[in-house]
Amino acid sequence: MAESLLELAGVRKDYVAGPVVTPVLHGIDLALAPGEFTALVGPSGSGKSTLLNLIGLLDRPTAGTIRLAGRDTATLDERALTRCRGRTIGFVFQFHHLLPEFTALENVMLPMMAGKGRPDREMAEGAAGLLREVGLGEVLDRRAARLSGGQAQRVAVARALALAPRLVLADEPTGNLDTRTADGIFALLRRFNREAGIAFLVVTHDPRLADRCDRIVELIDGRIVADRPSRKEPA
Amino acid sequence: MPFELFVALRFLREGRAQTALILGGTTVGVAVMVFVTALIGGLQALLVEQTLSSQAHVTLRRPERVARVLPAAAGEGVAAVIEKVPERDRSVESWPEALARVRAAPGVVAAAPTAAGSAFASRAEVSKSVALRGIEPESFDAVIRVARKLRAGALRVNGTEAVIGTVLAADLGLGVGDKLRLAAADGRSDVFTVSGVFDFGNRDVNQRWVLVSLRAAQTLLDLEGGITTIEVKVADPFQAEALAADLAERTGLVADSWMRVNHQLLTALRSQRASALTIEAFVVLAVALGIASVLGVSVLQRSRQIGILRATGTSTGAVLRVFLAEGALVGLAGSGTGCALGAALALAFSNLAKNPYGEAVIPVELSPRLFVLASLVAIGTGVVSALYPARHAARLDPAQVIRYG
Ligand SMILES: Nc1ncnc2c1ncn2[C@@H]1O[C@H](COP(=O)(O)OP(=O)(O)OP(=O)(O)O)[C@@H](O)[C@H]1O
Ligand SMILES: [Mg+2]
Repeated sequence: MAESLLELAGVRKDYVAGPVVTPVLHGIDLALAPGEFTALVGPSGSGKSTLLNLIGLLDRPTAGTIRLAGRDTATLDERALTRCRGRTIGFVFQFHHLLPEFTALENVMLPMMAGKGRPDREMAEGAAGLLREVGLGEVLDRRAARLSGGQAQRVAVARALALAPRLVLADEPTGNLDTRTADGIFALLRRFNREAGIAFLVVTHDPRLADRCDRIVELIDGRIVADRPSRKEPA
Repeated sequence: MPFELFVALRFLREGRAQTALILGGTTVGVAVMVFVTALIGGLQALLVEQTLSSQAHVTLRRPERVARVLPAAAGEGVAAVIEKVPERDRSVESWPEALARVRAAPGVVAAAPTAAGSAFASRAEVSKSVALRGIEPESFDAVIRVARKLRAGALRVNGTEAVIGTVLAADLGLGVGDKLRLAAADGRSDVFTVSGVFDFGNRDVNQRWVLVSLRAAQTLLDLEGGITTIEVKVADPFQAEALAADLAERTGLVADSWMRVNHQLLTALRSQRASALTIEAFVVLAVALGIASVLGVSVLQRSRQIGILRATGTSTGAVLRVFLAEGALVGLAGSGTGCALGAALALAFSNLAKNPYGEAVIPVELSPRLFVLASLVAIGTGVVSALYPARHAARLDPAQVIRYG
């Protein structure tokens, strides 16, 4: 196997609220290869979102190391973390989380602008191209607040891909969508995985969708209890 | 357009009610600032102008020998000098040389020799005590603008012509072309023809000043070709005090500046300005608190958006700058509308009351400098008051926000 894109070793996470310490993750070891499409499953409260936030460099572990593209993220300061996050990782949140003040196109452009400092023509074209690829060529200039749930989640997918990341983290991307729309979104992720070689780590409660991934990691009470290839042959 | 500005503008545009609220507050604040400053500035300029209209910035006279020179009352000038010394003893020797030195001194705009003393003006049985001033019309008008204040006749003092004030003219029943007798204390007298009547807007000056030619005054006051004072106009009236000391040194004469003579007025002006500044400081504080609290609320309402921006590659610094930019933009927009509103208020106010000549009783002073200053204060206030909410926004934890968003 090629060098790992992501490597977690002995990662622990405790939430501290005053005197109350809540241990959530108890020593996670996990490696993701470039281009791998992995499902993260487990019961509610098992720590899936917590793990995703750590991998996405939105939060720091209590103990253990997270190596991203060979780099130990503990050595990075806030600025470097932000830059690293912007460049290598894309997010699709459970509740699409677009900025309602901006149009679909602008939402996709925002991460690009944050990186470059100001918008340019190339950016707008790239963002429009992505939106067309997710089938939203018709609603480029529509306010995010006025998009349907499925459309918004597609915009979120396009936004996650805006900076050509190597890894996309998706936290229940289809959680509140009807089955048909969910299937569409999932197919979309799968297509980008296949065509651009982007690695995905997708949290899902839907065993049907988990089975369509390359690999299934199961988390229970903050421990990885199973890590296996999916039953189905990788598409 | 920079990313931060783009986001800030959009947040402002979409947060309609809040944006309108802070814009309104900032506008009112800037308007009050502009209005108060324009009004106080105009009032002060008016007071200074009224004081200086009939008074030289600096007056040079011979060092005293015997009697004390009593300081003149505000607005009256050197004409009020009352002494018991013979006029001859007050005369400035070799004055053309002293005058040349004064005119050559830096900061001096104009200088005029005058021969002044007390006299009586009479017509028929009525007699009034007056302050006689012998002048050269051109040089004197350059120091004290008499010509502009004429309500009748001309500033002409050839031979036995005299220019008098409106009050004296009324007291003696005189008009242009009428004759009056001017008599000095020692009995010398001559008949003069009124050639002009002035109105300085100052009762005392209008009643007491009688302008005649230098030669006529010298003869009446027995000055033997001498003068009593050199009246000086300077470039910056508020530098008069320093310049007076300089001129005294250059000429060996005694120099009094209008500032020393009117130091009570200056103290009053200063405390007036201080109270205006206090008002403005509180206005700025109120505006700052308003901006800070409304922006604070908008940060809370936008914490989800901030978390998403942070999670998708926006640095904490950029988030900080977004909200600082919102403060600056609000300040900028508010200063535009506020300057317009304040200027409109000030102009409306000064148009309310006019004197018989159609001039504003209280002229307001609206300078470009005032607008620039008010705008800078508004933008500065916007940025400073955005600092606290902006830092709060930058410190939001994206992981928390996304989880509970
Ligand atoms: N900020 C926090 N402070 C304290 N406890 C927290 C915090 N965030 C999460 N937890 C706790 O950590 C545990 C794991 O939460 P997490 O959101 O990671 O679970 P999850 O697997 O994503 O669940 P779900 O499937 O419902 O989204 C839960 O018990 C939760 O209450
Ligand atoms: Mg979760």
